[in-house]
Amino acid sequence: MSDAWLAVLLVGASAMLLKAAGPVLVGGRELPPRALQLVSALAPALLAAFVVTGTFASNRSVVLDERALGLAAAAACVWARAPLLVGVVAAALVTALARAV
Amino acid sequence: MNLRPWADPKGGASGFRGGARASIPLCIAVGAFGVSFGVLARANGFGVVAPIVMSLTTFTGASQFATVSILGDGGGLGAAVVAAVLLASRYLPIGLSVAPALSGPAPSRFLQAQMVIDESWAVANRGDGTVERGTLLGAGVALYVSWFLGTVAGVLGGNFLGDPEDFGLDAAFPALFFVLLASQLKSRQQIAAAVLGGAIALACVPFTRAGVPIIAAAFACFAGWWKR
Repeated sequence: MSDAWLAVLLVGASAMLLKAAGPVLVGGRELPPRALQLVSALAPALLAAFVVTGTFASNRSVVLDERALGLAAAAACVWARAPLLVGVVAAALVTALARAV
Repeated sequence: MNLRPWADPKGGASGFRGGARASIPLCIAVGAFGVSFGVLARANGFGVVAPIVMSLTTFTGASQFATVSILGDGGGLGAAVVAAVLLASRYLPIGLSVAPALSGPAPSRFLQAQMVIDESWAVANRGDGTVERGTLLGAGVALYVSWFLGTVAGVLGGNFLGDPEDFGLDAAFPALFFVLLASQLKSRQQIAAAVLGGAIALACVPFTRAGVPIIAAAFACFAGWWKR
């Protein structure tokens, strides 16, 4: 078997198991209140990490580039109380325009 | 009338169809990156079938890009798998957070869990620690189909779209997460977790492999937890 196929197999099995571990082991059950408090803080923590790495990370360096302008556009849309779609499209448009000039 | 559209950025979308509809703009971005994944995988010696199988099974872009780039650059099988698994490690806490919403027998829960990716999970999150199952599956299936079709197009058709970054599509994902984050900050504990999570991730970027900043940031959910 080639390395490519071995990688597809190993990475695929790992990703599927990581995704399914929680739902298969404890799925369909209500969380105790203490655990729910943790989980309700997990989403903001991870979302903030996605925002920060998706905007300011480039491999192993922290950079300030056109993506920051896109994020600023999304922030302006949140401030203006625009729907989700408008914020996402505005970020892509502003980033594309900034890269084009 | 919805007086607080910012508090419900999906415009009231819920259920399977609502989730699928809410993710249409994302499907465009995800499909475009699927094309570039297909192109990169083909160029890096993965052939035609393996990249498509990978998109159908792994279904998480960051891990797939890491695998094909590291192997293509001669980094070796071990390095490629370790990097990809680190990137996918966030699905352990994410999976735990969606577990209460996924019902049915274990094999069914296993399959439903495969529709969990960052974007479907973020869109389906109610902000109080619970997840809307229909929205999660609707968004997940729509994104899965886009990712698959994009990969097939990239593997077979080559780079007909150009670089998705020229269209700013890479900036669409942090923007999505930012808008959803803004709508979900309701308690002081959540605000603390967001600030701390962002700070931990940023601090880790220069010193760790990709994926580690995210899993390290997950620990920010413990902020203030023990005091309650």
